[in-house]
Amino acid sequence: MAHSHSQHDAHHVNYMAIFWWLLALTILEIAAGYPAAGASYPQLLKGFLLVIMALVKAALVAMYFMHLRFEKVALGYIAMIPLVLCVFVVLMTMPDF
Amino acid sequence: MSQAAAAHAVEPAETPLTPESWGKLGMWVFLAGDAMSFGILLAGYAVMRSKSPNWPVPANVLGIGLTAFMTFLLICSSVTMVKGLDAIKRGDPKGLVKFLGMTVLGGLIFLGLQAYEWTHLIHEGLGLTQNKWGAALFGTTFFMITGFHGMHVTGGVIYLSAIAWQGSKGAYSAHRYNAVEIVGLYWHFVDLVWILVFTFVYLL
Repeated sequence: MAHSHSQHDAHHVNYMAIFWWLLALTILEIAAGYPAAGASYPQLLKGFLLVIMALVKAALVAMYFMHLRFEKVALGYIAMIPLVLCVFVVLMTMPDF
Repeated sequence: MSQAAAAHAVEPAETPLTPESWGKLGMWVFLAGDAMSFGILLAGYAVMRSKSPNWPVPANVLGIGLTAFMTFLLICSSVTMVKGLDAIKRGDPKGLVKFLGMTVLGGLIFLGLQAYEWTHLIHEGLGLTQNKWGAALFGTTFFMITGFHGMHVTGGVIYLSAIAWQGSKGAYSAHRYNAVEIVGLYWHFVDLVWILVFTFVYLL
């Protein structure tokens, strides 16, 4: 996704490509969340698909719009901490999940 | 020890994590903390929903089309934000102000639509403690989560407006755009959180 037009910024990103990815994933998410009338599929698969797509979208925003991809790795660790802790919180508060 | 040396001992010239500025590191640390707040709200939502016998299907209560459009708006406003930063990096303060203005407009339309959505839902019978479609906690969590996010958008609109105003006064240039990059981090974070809220509260 790197773009080579810009000389003043070594990490220039093709932001429109990210935009189209985010838009396409949003449309796919709505389709996965609310399939056409009559169609149905397992709730667990639906949850899995939606969570994966949401995390991919969040990662695209963080990596390219927030430039995390071009920052020091340690800054990425700081950004990941809340996600890890929230997974712990869900596991702790849902003992029979 | 001379005064200059003492000052250096207190605050090194640069941070190893974000060599451009301390402010950028500060924003990242703040956002990590803020992400915990949103994360706890969403985790609480997941636990309460999984334990509830009569949680309604979100689409039966909430307007998915409207919020899909709101999602689209925030994604667009993230694009205008990065375009604004690009403009000032090229030394174009007019472009910066134009794109920041578009970003602010996106945020304002988002807030207007959210106000419309809330008014409609409250009118229909969804409240902090009541929900005619099922579990009352659906209303509680819905208003807490979208309200907390809406406050962030409000804060972002004010923050962006302040930076745009400074930009119009010539505060930024191709060599001085740190504050623009930092407000961008905040705004993209608000977009990122909405992506998660839209999935967990509206679609799942």
